[in-house]
Amino acid sequence: MHELQVTESILNIALKYSPANKVKKIIAIHLTIGELSELENEWIQRYFDYLSKGTLAQGAKLVIERSPIRMKCDSCNHEFQIKRDDIRNIECPQCSQKKCTLTSGREYHIKHMEVM
Amino acid sequence: MEEIRLIEIKEAIHTDNTIKANLLRENLSKSKTFLLNLMSSPGAGKTTTILKTIETMGGRIRTGVIEADIDSMVDAEKIAAKGIAAVQLRTGGFCHLDASMVEKGLEGLNLDNLDLVIIENVGNLVCPAEFDTGAIKNVMILSVPEGDDKPLKYPLMFTVCDVLLINKIDYLSLSDFDVDAAKTRAKNLNPNIEIFQISSKTGEGVEAWAEWLLKEVTGFLNQP
Repeated sequence: MHELQVTESILNIALKYSPANKVKKIIAIHLTIGELSELENEWIQRYFDYLSKGTLAQGAKLVIERSPIRMKCDSCNHEFQIKRDDIRNIECPQCSQKKCTLTSGREYHIKHMEVM
Repeated sequence: MEEIRLIEIKEAIHTDNTIKANLLRENLSKSKTFLLNLMSSPGAGKTTTILKTIETMGGRIRTGVIEADIDSMVDAEKIAAKGIAAVQLRTGGFCHLDASMVEKGLEGLNLDNLDLVIIENVGNLVCPAEFDTGAIKNVMILSVPEGDDKPLKYPLMFTVCDVLLINKIDYLSLSDFDVDAAKTRAKNLNPNIEIFQISSKTGEGVEAWAEWLLKEVTGFLNQP
């Protein structure tokens, strides 16, 4: 639902980096999106195609890599990775404590872009 | 044929909003205004809960409200009718509030006269969870008719909230909502979440929640 706003940010960041790098055309933008995010790849690309019309990024492909959900135990500081489905019942594999803090899995980053 | 080059970017996409939200929190700390972000699905009772909470807190703190709706003034009118300072933000289709929209809302209130501002976010359990509004505490409502399975369906919302209000407990006898199951599911996602059972309609349980909020606001106002 808020894919449009996120997509707008992606486009703005990509265009911001273009003049200094003398970009003529953006071919692909590589993104890392946390596994916990509800964003749908297909919609991001569709919105991007719409928003990027007439810009250097027209026709660019968004390559999305999902970054894993990582937690840190509040008591023993053990860091561990969990699957999306396991978020419903988090437990530290080392000390079985339930109080853990999310350290990654919600982020959106642009890693790099392929340009001409 | 020109060669394809790779440009390193490594920039967080939400940076703008995160920076804005942190700045807002800093400014609100200075102006001594506690900002509370209230989220829920449509119809869970956000407006009624806000009114009942303010009524229960009595005159002990001065409260204002920022109302966000896709397209109407209904909620702000309801709040203002009770003599409470209210601003309506029409999001025009936006499914959530972000820090810059909240900042605009705050400009419409006289913060010198307010200790607490409650944001009534857009009714939606998905998108508002993704955007930092600059609030000090995030609170969500899950109402009994929605079902006790919502923590399973919208995990992020339950993960980012400090408080869960289980509202409409006056409907419990008519429903198969399992309070213990809902609580366990929420705690499994977020062991630190505070849970209150309330009925904004009858007022049951609102006292305990209002006391929690008063304590938080007072603690914030008394910070050096």
